[in-house]
Amino acid sequence: MNAFNRLLMGTAIGVALSVTSIAAYAETPANMLVIANRIDDITTLDPAESFEFAGSDVSRNIYGKLVNFDPLNLDAGYAPDLATSWTVSEDGKTITFTMREGVKFHSGNPVRAEDAAFSLRRAVILNKTPSFILTQFGFTAENANDTIKVDGNTVSITTDKRYATSFVLNCLTSTIGGIVDKELVMANEVDGDMGNKWLKTNSAGSGAYSLVSWKPNESVTLKSNADFYQGAPAMERVVVQHVQESATQRLMLERGDIDVARNLNPEDIAGVRGAAGVAVDDELRGRLMYISLNQKHPVLSKPKVRQAIKYLIDYKGMQDSFLKGQYVIHQNFLPATYLGAVNENPFSLNIEKAKALLAEAGVSGLELEVGVREAQERVEITQSLQNIWAKAGIKLNITVGTAKQILGRYRARELDVYMGAWGPDYPDPHTNAGTFAYNPVNTDEAKATGLLAWRNAWDTGGLTAKVDAAVIEGDRDVRAKMYQDIQAEFRDISPFAVMFQKIEQTGRSENVQHLNLGGAITAVSYWTVTK
Amino acid sequence: MSETQGLRAWLLTDTPTSRRHAKYAAAYQGWLSFRSNTMAMIGLWILVFLIFVAVAAPLIAPHDPFEQTLSNRLQGLNSEGHLLGTDSLGRDILSRLIYGSRITLFIVGLVALIAPITGLLVGTVAGYVGGWTDTILMRITDIFLAFPRLVLALAFVAALGAGIENAVLAISLTAWPPYARMARAETLTIRSSDYISAIQLQGAGPMRIITKHIWPLCISSLIVRVTLDMAGIILAAAGLGFLGLGAQPPSPEWGAMISEGRRFILDSWWVATVPGLAIFTVSLAFNLLGDGLRDVLDPKDAEK
Amino acid sequence: MAMANNNGEGRGTASFPPWIMITLRTIGSIAVTMLGLMFITFIIGRVMPIDPVLAIVGEQASKSTYDEAYQQLGLDRPVLVQFFYYVWDVLHGDFGDSLLNARPVVDDIKRVFPATMELATLGVTMGIVLGVPLGVIAAVRRGSWIDQIARVVALVGYSMPIFWLGLMGLLVFYGILGWVGGPGRVGIFYVDIVPSVTGMILIDSMLDGNWEVFKNAFSHIVLPASILGYYSLAYISRMTRSFMLEQMSAEYIVTARVKGMSESAVIWRHAFKNIRVQLITVIALSYANLLEGSVLTEIIFSWPGIGSYITTALLSADMNAVLGGTVVVGLVFVLLNIFSDLLYKVFDPRAK
Repeated sequence: MNAFNRLLMGTAIGVALSVTSIAAYAETPANMLVIANRIDDITTLDPAESFEFAGSDVSRNIYGKLVNFDPLNLDAGYAPDLATSWTVSEDGKTITFTMREGVKFHSGNPVRAEDAAFSLRRAVILNKTPSFILTQFGFTAENANDTIKVDGNTVSITTDKRYATSFVLNCLTSTIGGIVDKELVMANEVDGDMGNKWLKTNSAGSGAYSLVSWKPNESVTLKSNADFYQGAPAMERVVVQHVQESATQRLMLERGDIDVARNLNPEDIAGVRGAAGVAVDDELRGRLMYISLNQKHPVLSKPKVRQAIKYLIDYKGMQDSFLKGQYVIHQNFLPATYLGAVNENPFSLNIEKAKALLAEAGVSGLELEVGVREAQERVEITQSLQNIWAKAGIKLNITVGTAKQILGRYRARELDVYMGAWGPDYPDPHTNAGTFAYNPVNTDEAKATGLLAWRNAWDTGGLTAKVDAAVIEGDRDVRAKMYQDIQAEFRDISPFAVMFQKIEQTGRSENVQHLNLGGAITAVSYWTVTK
Repeated sequence: MSETQGLRAWLLTDTPTSRRHAKYAAAYQGWLSFRSNTMAMIGLWILVFLIFVAVAAPLIAPHDPFEQTLSNRLQGLNSEGHLLGTDSLGRDILSRLIYGSRITLFIVGLVALIAPITGLLVGTVAGYVGGWTDTILMRITDIFLAFPRLVLALAFVAALGAGIENAVLAISLTAWPPYARMARAETLTIRSSDYISAIQLQGAGPMRIITKHIWPLCISSLIVRVTLDMAGIILAAAGLGFLGLGAQPPSPEWGAMISEGRRFILDSWWVATVPGLAIFTVSLAFNLLGDGLRDVLDPKDAEK
Repeated sequence: MAMANNNGEGRGTASFPPWIMITLRTIGSIAVTMLGLMFITFIIGRVMPIDPVLAIVGEQASKSTYDEAYQQLGLDRPVLVQFFYYVWDVLHGDFGDSLLNARPVVDDIKRVFPATMELATLGVTMGIVLGVPLGVIAAVRRGSWIDQIARVVALVGYSMPIFWLGLMGLLVFYGILGWVGGPGRVGIFYVDIVPSVTGMILIDSMLDGNWEVFKNAFSHIVLPASILGYYSLAYISRMTRSFMLEQMSAEYIVTARVKGMSESAVIWRHAFKNIRVQLITVIALSYANLLEGSVLTEIIFSWPGIGSYITTALLSADMNAVLGGTVVVGLVFVLLNIFSDLLYKVFDPRAK
C-alpha cells in the first residue's frame, strides 16, 4: 500500500520533471576518479587467469607482487614490492625473496611468504591461459611444491635451467605474479578449484585498491585501501565505465561527467584539445600493428615477394592521416623501450621497387585474401593496403569478421594474409622474440597456435636457436645485442611486416594529475593519481 | 494525337469488350488514381531517379569511388572537386554515394524477392492444405517470429561470414514470417469462397488453384506491405553494417558509409550524415509509394 | 492483425469444457514454440565458426589447456544429448554459467533485462501517448495539413537510421545544450545507491523515496527512451490512422452521424472503441520490437541492456548467454502475443 502510494506520487513527480528537467553540469567528486574505457574484454579478475588489457588494469591496482614497477619511474625497471630484496644462487637457478614485514591484505590477514608461494604454485597448478609465463621456467603441477619453497620470511623459486635473472623477475611483474590472500581464497574453494570461481568476481589482494563490483560490459568499481603500505591513495573510489563509442566518451569528458577518456580516436583527440579544462596525454604502449604472410602460400613463400610486400605499405601516409598521433612507424618486433629494442625502420612505400622484385620472382596476377577484425583503424589500414597492392598488380580481398572468427582462421593457418596487432605478455624481450621468431616444429600437427611464426607456417630460418640462446644469456648488454641481431635478420627475411607501435592518447580533465597508463611494460596505476 | 485520345477513351470505357480490355482499363484507372496522389508520385520519381543514378553511375560519378588520397581526407562539403567532401581515406563521398545506389538497389531487390515469395509459399500452402501441414508450418513461422530478429540475422551472418549477400539472406530470413501470416489469413478467406469451390468442381488440382487463383489475389496486399517494409530492410542492412557484418570494405554501401563516418560525427558530421540522408530519401520514397499503392490496390481502401 | 489468427479455428473435443482445451492448447503451443526457439539457437551455437573453447582459454593457450576446457564444456558429447541436458537445466531455472565470465547467466539477465524493460516501457508509453491521438486526428482529418504532418513525422521515424539519430541527439541535447544526462543509466555518483528491487532504477528510486537518484536516472533515460519512443510513435500512429479510416467509413458510423450524434462522440465512443483491440495488438508488437530491437540504441547510450548483452555474447561465442537471452526475449514475445490474442477473443465480438 505504502509502496503503491509512493509509486503514484513518483509518477506525478516524474511527469512534472519531464517538463522541467534540466541535468545539472556535473563535476566528479574530488576523491573519486571516473574513467571511460572499453572493458568488454574482461572475462575474469583472477590474477592466475586474467589475460586481457582491461583485466590487467584492474589487477595491477588490487594485487601486490614480489617485484613491481614504480608508476612514477617506469624506466627504472622492476623494483621491490612485497619482497624487499632477493638473492640469486651460485648456479643462477634459485632466486630467494625476503618478504616485506607488516603488510596486510584487505581482509586484515598478514602478507606472508606462504601467501607468495601459494599464489605462484596456484597459478602453475590451475594451468590457465597465462600460466605459460611461469611454466616456461620448468614449473609443473607436480614439482611446484619442490621448486617454490617457503623458509621463514623468505620464498625461493628454482628454475629448470639458468635464465637471465631479469627475464625471471620481469615475468613476475606480470598479472600472474599477483599475490593473493591464501586463507581468504581457500575459504572460498569449490570442488578443488583453489578459489578460481570465487576470485573471478572478487578480490583478495594487498594492493592500493579492492574490488567493489564488476558488472560485465558495464562497470568496474574499486575502493581504496586506507592501509596500503605505500600510503592511502588520494582517490578513494575509482569507477571504470564501459563506453563503447569514442564520440560518446568525448562528449562525457567535455561535459565533465568523466575524468578520463581512454578510447578517443584521432579526430576526437583533436577535438578535445580545444576544449576548456581538458588535457591530452601521449604514452607509448607495447602494442604492435603488423601484417603477416602465410608461408604455405606458394607465392608468398618466395623471399623476393616477402621483400616486395614490405615496400608496398604506405607507412608514412597512414601514420600522418587516420592513425595520426596514435601509432608511430616501428618495423621491429620489440617495442621501443624494451631491452634490445632498435629504432631502425628501413622500409618505406616504393611501388617501383616492389614491382621489380615481384617481376624478378616471376609473379603476376596474384590474388590474396586478408583477414582483419572489425576494428575501424585496422579495416582502414587494410583498405589502404588493398589500394596500394592493386597498383602493383596484387588483388587483395578483404574479409572482415569478429575478433574470434578471424583469429580462429589465423590459428588454423588458413588466411593468406593476416592484419592484426600483438601486445607483449610480460615486459621481457623474450615475450615477442619467443613468438615472432621462434618455431621449433613447423608441422600442422605441432599445433603451436600460440606462436605467431607457427601460425604463418614459417620455420624462422635458424632464428629459433638464436632466440633460445638469448633467453639464457646472463649479461644484459650481450643479451641486448643478441636481440638486436635477431631483429636485423628478422626484418629482412621474415614474412612479417611490423608497421606501427601504439601511442595511447588519453583525454583527461586538467585537474587529474599523475595518471600513469603503464607505458609499454605494464598496466595503469590509480594510486598515484591526485586531483 | 487523336490516336492517343482514342486509346484513352478505350481505356476509360465503361463497357469493356473483352477480358483483356477490362484488365487494361482497370489498370489504367488505378494509374490515374495513383497519379493524382502527389506524394506517391514524388516517391515514384525519387525511385526512378535512383534507378537512373545506379545505371548511369560510371557516367555521372565525378571520381573513382575507390581512389584514395590520404593527404586529402575529411574535406568539407563543397570543397575543391568534392561536392560532398571526402571520407577518412580521402575518397570522394558523392562518387561513393552514386555507386552505393547500386548496392542499395541490389539489397532491396533481392530481399523483396526472397522474403515475400517464401512467405507466400509457406502461407498459402498452410492455409490451403490445412490440418497438420498448417499446424507445423505455422508453428515454424511462430518460432521465427518469436526469435529476436537481430540475433537471428547476426547469427546467420556470423555463421556464414560477413558480406552483402549473406546480409541479404539474413535479413530475408527474419523478414518472411509476417508475410506468411498474411498470406495464410488471405488464403483462408479465399479458400472458402464460392468461386474456388466452383473451380474445384471443374476439377482443378490444388497446385493449379494455389498458383493460378490464390496467389494473384494475395499479391496486391503483399506488394503494399513489401513497399512499406523497404525502409526497414535498408535500415536493417545498415544496422548490420554498423556492427561490421554487412557489406565488406571498400564497398560503398550506404549503411557501411554511415558506420565508417560515425567516428567523425562531432567534427566532420557530413561524412555520416550524407549517406544517412540518402537512406532517408530512398526509404521515404518507398513509403510514399507504398501509401499510394495501398490506396490503389487495397480493395478495402479503394471503395472510399 | 496477423498475429491474432493464431488459435483462430478451434476443433474442440467434446469431453472437456472448452476453456480447459484452450488453456491446454495455449500451453502446448508456448511449449512447442519455446522448444523450437531453443533448438534453433542451440544449432546456431554449433554451426558458428567461433570456437567457444578458444573464447574461454584465449588465443595463447596450450593444447592441454584447450582439451581440458573442451571436455569441461561437454562438447565431446553428441549434440542431441547436449541439447537434452540444456533443456533439462532450463526447466529447473538454470541457464548455466556464462562461458566467458563464469557467472550464472540468470544473474546477468536479471541485471540487463530490467534495464531494457525500463527503456522500452518508457519508449512505448511515449509512443502511445503521442502516437494514438496523432493517428486518430490524422484519420479524422484525412488529407488535411495535420494528416500530412503526421505522415511526414511517421515516415521520418520509419526511415532514419537509429544510430544516426542517437548520436545526433546525444550531441545536441547532451553535448551542446546539456538538457539531459549522458550515456549510462545513472550518473556515476548515483550508482548502486538505491537497493535493487525491480532492477529498474526509476521504480527502485521511487520505492526508496530517493528523488535525487530518480531525477538523475530520469535525465539519463529520457533521451534514449524518446528516440525509441519516436520509432514506436511512427508505427503506432500509422496503424491507428489506418484502423480509424476503416471504421470511419463503416455504416454504423454513418448511422450514428445521421442520428445527430456529436462528432467527438462518434469518433471516441464508437470508432475508437472498436479499434481498441487491434490497437493493443499493434502496441504489444511494438513493445516486443523495442525489447529486442534496441541493440544499437543501447550501444550508443552505453545502456547495459539485453540487446547488447546478447550481441556481445554472440560475437564472443558465449552460447549459454545467447541461449538464455534468446529464451527470455522469445518468451516475452510469445506471452505478449498470447495476451493480445486473449484480448482479441474477449473484446472482439467477431472472434469466436
